[in-house]
Amino acid sequence: MAGNKLIDLIDITKVYDDNTVLDGLNLYIRENEFLTLLGPSGCGKTTTLRIIGGFENPDSGKVIFDGKDITKLSPNERQLNTVFQKYALFSHMTIAENIAFGLKIKKKSKAYINDKIKYALKLVNLDGFENRTPDSLSGGQQQRIAIARAIVNEPKVLLLDEPLGALDLKLRQDMQYELIRLKNELGITFVYVTHDQEEALTMSDTIVVMNQGYIQQVGTPEKIYNEPQNAFVADFIGESNIIHATMIQDRLVNILGANFPCVDEGFGKNSPVDVVIRPEDIDLVKPEDGIIKGRVTSLIFKGVHYEMDVWANDHEWLVHSTDLFPVGSEVGISVNPFDIQIMNKPESEDEEAVIMDEE
Amino acid sequence: MKSRKWLSFPYIIWMAIFIIIPLLMVIYYGLTTKDGTFTLDNLFLIADPINRNALWLSIKLSVISTLICLVLAYPLALILNSMKLKNNSFIILIFILPMWMNFLLRTIAWQNILENTGVLNTLLKFLHLPTLELINTPAAIVFGMVYNFLPFMILPIYNVLIKISDDTINAARDLGANYFQTFLKIILPLSFPGIISGITMVFVPSLTTFVISTILGGSKVVLIGNVIEQQFKMINNWHTGSGLSLVLMVFILISMAILAKYDKEAEGKSVW
Repeated sequence: MAGNKLIDLIDITKVYDDNTVLDGLNLYIRENEFLTLLGPSGCGKTTTLRIIGGFENPDSGKVIFDGKDITKLSPNERQLNTVFQKYALFSHMTIAENIAFGLKIKKKSKAYINDKIKYALKLVNLDGFENRTPDSLSGGQQQRIAIARAIVNEPKVLLLDEPLGALDLKLRQDMQYELIRLKNELGITFVYVTHDQEEALTMSDTIVVMNQGYIQQVGTPEKIYNEPQNAFVADFIGESNIIHATMIQDRLVNILGANFPCVDEGFGKNSPVDVVIRPEDIDLVKPEDGIIKGRVTSLIFKGVHYEMDVWANDHEWLVHSTDLFPVGSEVGISVNPFDIQIMNKPESEDEEAVIMDEE
Repeated sequence: MKSRKWLSFPYIIWMAIFIIIPLLMVIYYGLTTKDGTFTLDNLFLIADPINRNALWLSIKLSVISTLICLVLAYPLALILNSMKLKNNSFIILIFILPMWMNFLLRTIAWQNILENTGVLNTLLKFLHLPTLELINTPAAIVFGMVYNFLPFMILPIYNVLIKISDDTINAARDLGANYFQTFLKIILPLSFPGIISGITMVFVPSLTTFVISTILGGSKVVLIGNVIEQQFKMINNWHTGSGLSLVLMVFILISMAILAKYDKEAEGKSVW
C-alpha cells in the first residue's frame, strides 16, 4: 500500500520567541500513505504541517520533497495543497470560482477547468453547487468544498489541518469515512493533523504521536494502541491503567505486590518498569480465580460495555466489561499475559516531561 | 423587548429636533420665495456661472482629495495590518491623535505652514530652493482636506483588512498564487467594503466643507460650501442657501447610490 519516501523532514527545529516548538524532528512520509500527526495542543503537530506546507520556515533542518530540497520554497511553489481548519473559502467567490482558483492561476483552459469543477463536486458529493456562495453552505459542506478546491490541483500530497475540528460528532464520523474513500479514489498521500485519537485510529495507515515538540511513537494504529512505547502514548491513545511495577525476571512482572505472567523479555531482573493494561483487557472473575482480589466501587453503563472502577491492592483499576458486577461485589482480577504491555521507566528529562497525570 | 421600546424615545425626540425638523426647514426654505410661495428658482440658481463653477471645483477637489487619501491610506492600512502588533491600538491612536485636536486649529496650522512666508517656504529658502506659492490655491485646500480626512480612510480599510484571516491568504498562496495575485484576487476584493466606506467618509465632508477653503483658500478659491455659507451669513438669503444645499444633497445622494451599487456588485463576485 505505502510506497517510497515522498517527504523527508530532517532535523527540523522551530523556536517561537523562547519557546521551542520542534526540537530536532526527523520524520519521513511515504507515497500513498495516510499519515496522522496526533498529539495534544501545543505538541508541534500543526507547526510540522505548516512547515511542510511552506507557511512556516524551520529555524534549522531540511524539508525534502520527492528528492528535492524545498525548505526555502514558498507555498505557491510546492506541489502540495492544504485543507485548513476553518475551511478558509474565498467568501467573495462562488463555489465554482473557489474550486477554479488554483487552476486559473495555472492558466488552464476553460473547458479543462469546467470539467475539473464538475469532477471535484461529484467526488465530494456536492453536484450542482457551482453557483452557490460559501456563506450559504453548512460547515460540513464548506469543508468538502475546501477539499475539492485543493484536490483539483492534483497535488501529490494533501495536508489536512484538523479539518473536522469544527464539525459536530455525527458529521465528523461521516466525514471520516468520506476522507478514507477520497484517499483511496485519489491514490495520493494524506498528512492529517488531529488531537482526536479516535479519528487517528480510524483513518490512518501510520500514526505519529507527538508531545512537546518530540515524536513519541510512530506506528500503525494497532501497534500504537496495543504496544504503546511510553506512558504518554498509552495515556493519550485510549483509556488505560498505567501502573508502576517491578520486572522480576523475563516473563514475570510484579504489579502492586502480585506476580503477573507476561510475554516481555529483556528488561533485566528486579528492574522498575511501567505497565499498561487496557481496561477492556482486564478479566473480572470469581474472587478465588483472580490473580488479585478487589471490590467494585463504581459502575457506569456505557452502551456497548459497563465501565467499572475496582479497588484492589491500593489501586483503582479501570475495567471495561460486558459482564455486570454490582457496586460492592468482590471480584478477582486476571489479565492475559500478552495483554500486559511493559515499558521502560523514563530516564532522560525529555521523556520525563511527557508523563501525564499518573495515578 | 416590547417593554424596552420606551428607551428609544429620547433618541426619537433627538432625531426629530435636530435632524428631521432642520431638514424639513431646509426643504421649506429651498422651495419657497421670501413671501412664502412655492418656487424651484432657488434650485436652478445652481446653473448660475459662479455657483456652477464653485460646485464643479468642489467636486474636482473632493475627488482629488479622496483619491489621494485612498492612495495614501491603503498601503498604510496594509502595512499596519501586516505588522500584527500586539499593541496595534497604539498605532491606531497615533493616526487618530490629530483628530483630538481642534479642527480649526489644525487647519490654521496648515495655513502657517503653507503661507508665502510660512514654515515651508522658510525651510525651502534656508535650503536655497525655489519657494512655492501654495496658500490660497486649490492645492492648499487639497492639502487641508487630505490631512483632515485621511484617518477616515485608513480606519475603515484597516478594519476590513484585519478581518481577512491568515488562512484565507495562506489558502490562496497554497493554491499557487504569488503575493501579487493574492493581493489582486483575494485581499483587494475582500477589502472593497472598507474602501467604499472610506471613500464615503472622505468624499462627503470634502464636498461640503467651507472652513478648509476659507482658511487655506482665502477668498480666491470659492467652493460650493463657501457659496452656501455666504448666502446664509452675508447675503442673509436663506432661501437661496437652502436651495443650493438641496442641490448639493442630491449630488451626495447620487454619488452614494453609485457607490452602494458598486459595493453590491463587488460582493459575491470576483474580479476575474
